[in-house]
Amino acid sequence: MEVNTRVRALEFLIQQKGLTGVLETVPTYSSLLVYYDPRAVAYDALCASIAELVPQATTAVLPPSRTVDLPCCYEDPELGVDLAAAARRLGLSTDELVRLHAGAEYLVYFIGFTPGLPYMTGMPERINIPRLDTPRTKTPPGSVGIGGIQCCIYSVESPGGFWILGRTPLALYAPDASEPTLLRPGDRVRFRRIDRAEYDSIGAAVAARTYRPVIS
Amino acid sequence: MIGILDPGPQTTVQDLGRTGQMRYGIPPSGPIDRFAFVVANRLVGNADAAAALECTLLGPRFEVDTPGAIAVTGADMPVSVNGAEGPRWATIALKAGDVVKLGAARTGVRAYVAFSGGLDVPLVLGSRSTYIRGRLGGIDGRALRKGDRLRVFPSDAAGPRRVERRAIPDYSGEPAIRVVLGPQADRFTDAGISALLGGPYEVLPQSDRMGARLRGSRVEHARGHDIISDGIALGSVQVPGDGQPIVLLVDRQSTGGYTKVATVCSCDVGRVGQARPGQSLRFHAVGVAEAHRLLRESDAVLRAAVKEEIA
Repeated sequence: MEVNTRVRALEFLIQQKGLTGVLETVPTYSSLLVYYDPRAVAYDALCASIAELVPQATTAVLPPSRTVDLPCCYEDPELGVDLAAAARRLGLSTDELVRLHAGAEYLVYFIGFTPGLPYMTGMPERINIPRLDTPRTKTPPGSVGIGGIQCCIYSVESPGGFWILGRTPLALYAPDASEPTLLRPGDRVRFRRIDRAEYDSIGAAVAARTYRPVIS
Repeated sequence: MIGILDPGPQTTVQDLGRTGQMRYGIPPSGPIDRFAFVVANRLVGNADAAAALECTLLGPRFEVDTPGAIAVTGADMPVSVNGAEGPRWATIALKAGDVVKLGAARTGVRAYVAFSGGLDVPLVLGSRSTYIRGRLGGIDGRALRKGDRLRVFPSDAAGPRRVERRAIPDYSGEPAIRVVLGPQADRFTDAGISALLGGPYEVLPQSDRMGARLRGSRVEHARGHDIISDGIALGSVQVPGDGQPIVLLVDRQSTGGYTKVATVCSCDVGRVGQARPGQSLRFHAVGVAEAHRLLRESDAVLRAAVKEEIA
């Protein structure tokens, strides 16, 4: 968590400074990828400018993070396809697993793999679980999965190795929206348990573009 | 307007790509072969970033309903206008009603068709490029279909231009691809690195705009092939557990958890993308300073490539 905060703080400092030649940045767990144009800045000079910013990269420099409320339906086995199996594997009841998962606050370390897919941490240790032995070839968008110490939400239909506990009706990635991705690196996420009826009604509102996600 | 009579297997609208979206998991897209793309635009008097078509293996057939100019570059697809063969790597003047057809590529994979004025499709996140997997940009985020109609921005007639024969890339043979080793070259054995640089590596048919999948001598890991996920650069040479490299291209995933043994120099990324399934390539290691020198050299080649036609 510490390292990732420094990664995001360094990215923020680079953005603020507007370093010459920097085109874009990609934060991940413990590293920051900096794209630059070598015609505009020499490699050594850019490395030196970034190295100067590293000591300042602490939580203090980051703007306050947003908190995003994510409704999630765990109760329907059609949506939380691995909930029962994951609970068995962890020696918990499905209800305990859901309570532990939904009770935590998550931090979006970074977005990657597919558009808008958040890699998050903050899960209680009790529900750390090895990834699926055999990844599934198709995971529906909105699926909320756990694997290792991470939680992620699939943003588009894609292969995946996480245990799917539930599904959010929100669109993590909506290519037609002016801001296609719902989450950003550094966001905090809280899951809110909803039943299937609410899942369907929120889903309909999302499809009709009348749903406003709760972001504070 | 341009009416698509026959789209070809994968023809998309591209400009120079989107910037600043990889931190949200959205790749830049844009042309695989930037050199050929920019030359096509310059041949019709466009800005380098104007939107044009990228055609894959087999080109489209289309009709124009206004006069203008086009240029076809990249993969060697025969061009015809109303059935008569037209020049490649040169300006072609068109009149209303002309039908243009691009055939099957004889060498290379991707050809570019630039239209004077540039294609007028909506900007999405600052770019007109199509990202098919993400259903973003271009025409509804998809490849062109029969019956699609594309608008073109108005433009002044540019004088005829052409590319000198010696400046036209040769996409055949076994291209030498320059790479800078790293960022995880230390995760491979010396034998693994020697294998990578010994080559050859054959391009597999599963290759696409996301990445070129290769097959050749195993690039052996010293210890595990998994890393803590980090960012993937254009041209990153990723090596999963099977030891077979994948060169990641413009529609790549923004991050990944496999080791990356090297990065292809920007100026050679297009050559990787122009290698056909079954064709082989070889990797050569250079340092960062040399990579930057090569980039400046390729900029100079690009600047000198397009000549005004003298009547």
